[in-house]
Amino acid sequence: MTAMCDVAFLLLSFFILTTKFKPAEALAVTTPKSVSTNPAEQKDVVMITMDSKGKIYFSVSDDAQEEKQTIIDEVNQQKALGLSDADKKAFTRSGSYIGVPFSQMKSYLALSTDQLQKLDKPGIPVDSANNELQVWVRAAYAAFQGSKMKLLIKGDNEAKYPSFKGVIDALKRNEIFKFQMITDPEGVPPGTALYQKNNGPSQPAAK
Amino acid sequence: MAEMDTSGGGGHKKGPGVKKSKKLSTRVDLTPMVDLGFLLITFFIFTTTMSQPTAMKLILPKDTEKPEEQNKVKESGALSLLLGKNNAVYYYEGTLAPDGSNFKSTNYKEIRTVIIDKKKSTNPEDFVVVIKPGPESTYKNTVDILDEMTINEVKRYAMVDLFPIERQMMVATEGGGPMPTAPAPAAAPAAK
Repeated sequence: MTAMCDVAFLLLSFFILTTKFKPAEALAVTTPKSVSTNPAEQKDVVMITMDSKGKIYFSVSDDAQEEKQTIIDEVNQQKALGLSDADKKAFTRSGSYIGVPFSQMKSYLALSTDQLQKLDKPGIPVDSANNELQVWVRAAYAAFQGSKMKLLIKGDNEAKYPSFKGVIDALKRNEIFKFQMITDPEGVPPGTALYQKNNGPSQPAAK
Repeated sequence: MAEMDTSGGGGHKKGPGVKKSKKLSTRVDLTPMVDLGFLLITFFIFTTTMSQPTAMKLILPKDTEKPEEQNKVKESGALSLLLGKNNAVYYYEGTLAPDGSNFKSTNYKEIRTVIIDKKKSTNPEDFVVVIKPGPESTYKNTVDILDEMTINEVKRYAMVDLFPIERQMMVATEGGGPMPTAPAPAAAPAAK
């Protein structure tokens, strides 16, 4: 009994220490799988999210408060949105994200978090004629000058390619050619070139 | 160990003159504690997220209008992959024949053999995979194909928009209508 008790509490302490609660995701996205093994960055992240309907959202990680402030100031000034300080504060609060065109920005930022959940958000337009994401990315790029910005794209399995293309266009127009896509880990299928490389050439090639 | 010692120390007979003294047990019933422990373990096992999301790097080339800066692709080494709707993949080697005779369809499971075969049969320096996601393909399809490039160690690949002729051919194949000139590739079933 003592032994079992010991093991139980050892396991308990292990799980308590290793557990990391998933932050409540405002946007439900199921990411695709890939064989990539490098973990996704957590700090100084500029995240572009695509939901299952292909709508685009823009968010900045919470540790970059100053940059968030700079971004919203910059966008406000550039697009003459006429945001009040309270509106800007809504953007800098934790877990905020942008999911509307500039024309709806003011009313969007006035909403509370609960109201945002219920709101049917149209997403940021990314079509070639009116690519508003480009403005956001440019503002973010300018704000993060100095510290390195990590640009992550988190897309849903079901998102259609044209939305992804709109995102790529927005980045390309800002001369950003390097970004990362968030995926779930997946095993490398045996017998392939990458598998043989990872496991050393001594493995008999399965052909 | 976990059971309460209720005998009260009266285990062995004492002598007749000795007064029975009630000895308090030092043993504690551990069962509720263990119960609680396992309950918590179960809770943490279920709530913990062991796998961290990973990130896949993608580096794009700069778009250029100048022909001298554009990369030329040797016809013999090119493999074009067209991503259609419902997880279908279409592919052709080299350039698309006007009658569409080399336009073939497959799915995401079998595309790997196509890539490996092509990789083996061409000069490594000339081998280029051209990825053309169609408007009906999903983000997952795109990531899967890019992943396939990593898996098969394809060093050179490019993402290009569909040509109108390819789009037509894809629509014709997907529509289920018989292609008059192509060997009527049946629309590939969904991969899953």
